[in-house]
Amino acid sequence: MAVISQTEFQQRRARRKWLGRVFHGLCLLSVVIALGSLAVLLVYLLVQGVTRIDWSFLTSFASRHPDQAGIKAAMLGSIYVVIIAGAVAFTLGVATALYLEEYAARSRFARIAKINIANLAGVPSIVYGLLGLQIFVHSLHLGNSVLAGGFTLALLVLPIVIVAAGEAVRSVPPSLREGSYALGATRWQVIWHMVIPQAFPGILTGVILAVSRAIGETAPLIAMGALTFVPFTPDSPLSRFTVLPIQIFNWTSRPQAGFHEVAAAGIIVLLVILLVMNAGAVILRNRFQNKWE
Amino acid sequence: MQDQDFILQSRGLSVYYDSTKAVTDVDLDVARNRITSIIGPSGCGKSTLLRCFNRMNDLIPSARVEGQVLFDGLDLYGHDVDPTEIRYEIGMVFQRPNPFPKSIYDNVAFGPRINGFQGDIDEIVERSLVRAALWDEVKDRLKSSALSLSGGQQQRLCIARALAVEPRVILMDEPCSALDPIATLAIEELMRELSEDYSIIIVTHNMQQAARVSHYTAFLMVEEARIGFLVEFGESRQLFTNPKDERTEAYITGRFG
Repeated sequence: MAVISQTEFQQRRARRKWLGRVFHGLCLLSVVIALGSLAVLLVYLLVQGVTRIDWSFLTSFASRHPDQAGIKAAMLGSIYVVIIAGAVAFTLGVATALYLEEYAARSRFARIAKINIANLAGVPSIVYGLLGLQIFVHSLHLGNSVLAGGFTLALLVLPIVIVAAGEAVRSVPPSLREGSYALGATRWQVIWHMVIPQAFPGILTGVILAVSRAIGETAPLIAMGALTFVPFTPDSPLSRFTVLPIQIFNWTSRPQAGFHEVAAAGIIVLLVILLVMNAGAVILRNRFQNKWE
Repeated sequence: MQDQDFILQSRGLSVYYDSTKAVTDVDLDVARNRITSIIGPSGCGKSTLLRCFNRMNDLIPSARVEGQVLFDGLDLYGHDVDPTEIRYEIGMVFQRPNPFPKSIYDNVAFGPRINGFQGDIDEIVERSLVRAALWDEVKDRLKSSALSLSGGQQQRLCIARALAVEPRVILMDEPCSALDPIATLAIEELMRELSEDYSIIIVTHNMQQAARVSHYTAFLMVEEARIGFLVEFGESRQLFTNPKDERTEAYITGRFG
């Protein structure tokens, strides 16, 4: 004797299976929408911009004439700024995560700090630009420099790194910590020899996300006073600069069709740089991950 | 007990997790170069008691220890005692093998290295692996991952790792519970050999194991009002064949737990 009759069971089973197929279909539809729109965007960019990409585009400065405009200053500016931002956010972020997860793990301070850091990740980026303008440009007298830009973006992505690094540190198995302590390791040795190496792949994932975010940011750098027309390469950390997204924005807002092609080409360069940086970080991460498994 | 040479002695030892008492007023004498086992039903505080002997409970913020543990007369919970130093002399093997995600060699070398050993690490690694009856199986692949070993081999590696810092006492927290019977026998055989040079305390769920390997057995119990109190402690032969307390008899004959 079953809980429901045979015929009723058959009807409900058909309905259950139908629901399953509907859900499956909805998930597939989401994939199509998400990836499809990206694909359209990419194709559009390639069609419009790929013919503009050549060596002189990469090695020329911005110009009033679309056919002579190049991306050198913005490209180098972006690379410098993102390297500074990544290095600062990595160092500060990992150290902060270690403090909050290892040293102050159960304190009320750590709990409140973590909640606030998670919220900081959602603060509009322009706010960080104004913060950077006040602290780095004015108070620390760094001017509208590469260094100030890098520090501003570092602040912007710091919460991402802290959250990811904290997650990675928490996921180090307690058995490894205990095993180390049981051999007479001090807290510092457990962190240095066990926690950091184990958490490293997760930390790198956070840095990848952070750098990807930083390289696409425009608003905070405009707010802190990056230039839009730069006919020189930044030659020192205190040099003025522009970055790819600003340059691209500048070109797209011009009326001439020629600049729209240049903008598309600039976006392609930005995407390639992003891809290369991410691929590098992923390779690095996999090397740490697979070593002993 | 005739054996009066004790390496570890607990006096009035109680452990609290927040306000819950997990070990109640335990007096235990651990004989030098003998195997002492702690048995008892689940949740009776066996592991908690064991972890008092190398101050591993210090790592749990809510844990609080009362009473004394004397290690060759020194109070482990004295004011000027550094738990790091205690753990250097009192090694531990855990319930689940926990090799580090490093090479076999680096696993064994970890303890000597972090403690600042300057001499011949190769020699220590070889000696520890020989002592843990693992050398012949791994001598040709010391540089490969410790995680590539079988469960039983991993546990012997963890024993070798503990031996590498030359502790005087080895604490074993259900070291065979994650192993198959053959690997279990290998570990038991190893424990017998090690007891010539080391004092061993083993927590086990397996009463046959306690009877087979240990010289002394402590039986811990849990009741509604009290958790982790010592019911009976004595020579294993006597405790398992002719227990003095009827609760011990009930437990070892399988009437509860």
